[in-house]
Amino acid sequence: MRLEYFQMLDRFVDVKADERWIKSESTVPDQSPVFEGHFPGYPLMPGVLLIENMAQTCGWLVSAITGFSGLPVLAGVKEAKVRAAVFPGMTFTTEGRIVHDGSGYAIADGKVRGPDGAIADARLTYRIIPYPSPEFQNTMVTWAKQLNFPLEEFRK
Amino acid sequence: MATTFDKVADIIAETCDIPRETITPESHAIDDLKIDSLDFLDIAFAIDKAFGIKLPLEQWTQKINDGQATTEQYFVMKNLCARIDELIAAKGAA
Repeated sequence: MRLEYFQMLDRFVDVKADERWIKSESTVPDQSPVFEGHFPGYPLMPGVLLIENMAQTCGWLVSAITGFSGLPVLAGVKEAKVRAAVFPGMTFTTEGRIVHDGSGYAIADGKVRGPDGAIADARLTYRIIPYPSPEFQNTMVTWAKQLNFPLEEFRK
Repeated sequence: MATTFDKVADIIAETCDIPRETITPESHAIDDLKIDSLDFLDIAFAIDKAFGIKLPLEQWTQKINDGQATTEQYFVMKNLCARIDELIAAKGAA
């Protein structure tokens, strides 16, 4: 995880392609410029970054089920709840499940869980827009592989 | 039994907080009801779920952008409902 670069996911750890469900894992760094302001002397993972974590996990899932045919961009966050605090050094998982894949949009549910249970959840809406270039599409596929995204599971 | 128009109007009224009585078969979802594209995603999701279909929004948008269709053909309520009825019929025939 590199919070200041919005690199929220360390790797993908589980997938059920037939259920359109996936789980990622992230470990919060001990130090980050983010914690200099949030909060001075009391480093706490910002809730909006937990939402970003769900958005990225579910976003990769949307990319996979649409065959990397377009870029899912976050368009809506509903019923977002941050239920527990996350501190530096903590490892948590994020689950994503596709609720609906529409024409040019998708709806997904995200859930963040830690060792002690639920941390956050939200329903997310994505617009699926054309990639800005073929090179960008290739970049996304390469990035997915770096995250151990199980591309082959979605090609079956 | 509720008509397609009744169901869609109820969905729009609830999703966008628009008074139900202001929604008529002649209403244009964008020009008259002032529904923006993001709100229309919520409406599309509700319609897809309610009727078990998939509104082909990408195809419609492409046709409008290419000048092959007008927004009225898809987004005036009576026309939108006719498209929905066609999709339901196509699903039943499949």
